Amino acid sequence: MAVVARAGGDGGGSSSEVQWCFLQVKGAIDEDVAEADIISTVEFNYTGDLLATGDKGGRVVIFQREQETKSRPLSRGEYNVYSTFQSHEPEFDYLKSLEIEEKINKIRWLPQQNAAHFLLSTNDKTIKLWKISERDKRAEGYNLKDEDGRLREPFRVTELRVPTLKPMDLMVEASPRRTFANAHTYHINSISVNSDYATYLSADDLRINLWHLEVTNRSFNIVDIKPANMEELTEVITAAEFHPHHCNVFVYSSSKGTIRLCDMRSAALCDQHSKFFEEPEDPSSRSFFSEIISSISDVKFSHSGRYMMTRDYLSVKVWDINMENRPVETYQVHEYLRSKLCSLYENDCIFDKFECCWNGSDSTIMTGSYNNFFRTFERNMPRDTTLEASRESSKPRAILKPRKVCTTGKRKKDEITVDSLDFNKKILHTAWHPMENIIAVAATNNLYLFQEKVN
Amino acid sequence: MDTMFVRGLKRKCFDGEEDIEGTLAGIKAIPSYNLQRQSLLDMSLVKLQLCHMLVEPNLCRSVLIANTVRQIQEEMTQDGTWQMINTQSTGQASLDRLVSTDILCRSSRDQAEGKHVPAYGTFNKDFENDQAQDSSDTMSTASAVQAPRNLQSSVWEMENPQENKGNFQKSLDQIFETLENKSPNSVEDLFSEVDNSYYDLDTMLTGMMSNTKMGHCDSLETFSSSTNTASNSNCKSDLNDLDHIVEILVES
Repeated sequence: MAVVARAGGDGGGSSSEVQWCFLQVKGAIDEDVAEADIISTVEFNYTGDLLATGDKGGRVVIFQREQETKSRPLSRGEYNVYSTFQSHEPEFDYLKSLEIEEKINKIRWLPQQNAAHFLLSTNDKTIKLWKISERDKRAEGYNLKDEDGRLREPFRVTELRVPTLKPMDLMVEASPRRTFANAHTYHINSISVNSDYATYLSADDLRINLWHLEVTNRSFNIVDIKPANMEELTEVITAAEFHPHHCNVFVYSSSKGTIRLCDMRSAALCDQHSKFFEEPEDPSSRSFFSEIISSISDVKFSHSGRYMMTRDYLSVKVWDINMENRPVETYQVHEYLRSKLCSLYENDCIFDKFECCWNGSDSTIMTGSYNNFFRTFERNMPRDTTLEASRESSKPRAILKPRKVCTTGKRKKDEITVDSLDFNKKILHTAWHPMENIIAVAATNNLYLFQEKVN
Repeated sequence: MDTMFVRGLKRKCFDGEEDIEGTLAGIKAIPSYNLQRQSLLDMSLVKLQLCHMLVEPNLCRSVLIANTVRQIQEEMTQDGTWQMINTQSTGQASLDRLVSTDILCRSSRDQAEGKHVPAYGTFNKDFENDQAQDSSDTMSTASAVQAPRNLQSSVWEMENPQENKGNFQKSLDQIFETLENKSPNSVEDLFSEVDNSYYDLDTMLTGMMSNTKMGHCDSLETFSSSTNTASNSNCKSDLNDLDHIVEILVES
């Protein structure tokens, strides 16, 4: 049966409630935020040792978790910069006279198969496969060239020697291995690596393409919802993801609040869905903004593959993939905004695309809100918490205090009223470590890391 | 199971509905709803048009706004308020609304040059210039802006409601077509004077831009005044800038 989380769970000191404390914050402190520094995507790799962020300037920054050492036991797993590189550059489409933004829309890691790490990063039009490798040894004693690389004079080569490997300072190199271009007319919103680790999908507003990681000159179109007459367009694709275990199954969400599950075994072109998920609308709450707020901004399978989660403007819903007619759980993220939809439409905030994520055990989900607030919902309790990513609570190992938005007239101490929320401070991107309780929260140009309090 | 929806929320959406303007006091709630719906329609059309002129518009956003416009249009046709809105004399309120939406529709170029423009006149002209080279577009795209103007100016003159409905549909269609085939002329405009005028607008409004938060939408004119410095859309900041101008104009 549908479970609704009640707001303001006090927990009563229950031992299973996670308490979060500040770990680190990355990024500049200035009030003046350069647009290029705004973080646009955050993603942990499969082990959680690496954390990648992409920004509007087309750069990717990868952080690596430090190994715990005996000498610094309290620096339990801090993340430090591992590699930084420019993934995408701004381009100009001469045919349409339009600029192509370099903003990184999504990053997805590939599972590690050798010493190097691979990730896919995409902007609106082009996906790139990057290899990040370490070099900590250097060959010395070449025959044909000197140590500084200059060619040796032939007459100086009097004997044949075998080059030896000598240690050097660790150098992390990022190199583009594949560029998957020219397959999308519209803006790419999602990429998802398949569980076969050989293929991946990329989705734009109207089409989804299937790629093989080794092949860049060809992709297969598997979903196409473009109408013959563009004037009839009323619905677009907003997100897509492969099932974590079944390599033939993927889902995609739409701007009308529906999710379609497709099976690639049934047909080459998956325009016909296998399952169609939609919650019937409550006619009593219908308004001109109903469709806009029902538009799904993110869809994520649970790690188990049994559930999927969707985020629309005001809520997060958990669906059992075996039940299409309604979600099994619905959580209100910021219901107090429902009466402000007109203003939020006017200032375009209603079109903000919030993401959501699962924790490693699928017991808790997290999503962002405004005023640098983010929310976690523990499914089993149900219990929800509102936390804030701010510089004020950024003291090492400081415990995050839960925040509360005042929805009635009487504001209690420490509560914040809806009207004093800062709608410029939005948390759109969050990520949860795949195994531990460590979370990464992107607040404009800063990346906050929080971890579970340990006693 | 339906607890996700706020119970008993019958009203259609708007904020601060309890703060009815003084001039509307004594008039039934329905006309107020119509005015609000009309202003929502105007706002939506402006959003669609403005975005069309900038860097490749976000298709999802455009589709959602266009669907909203269609919804309003259908409702207005169904309950016959298409004619009703023409004959209502709401005096001060309608005039103020004219001012606000007029400013919203002015291109920023005219804003910066401080031109006094008649309602929708200049915007209309600019849009026509942009589309001048398109063989079939001129009439129907210009009508997209004319349609709201017709509705409001019909306080003074009657218009054929059926025509307006047709214009709306055409305007939506044209918007989607032109989303695909962007007119090169509008890009030239982008690179010529418009850039400079954006900077002027910024300088002019810097004082107003700091520390603004979302305000009450307690009258039709004072729309939300939140700024969005993180926005990469000139469209957004323009609307917010213009809100401030409107606020000041209306209050003075």
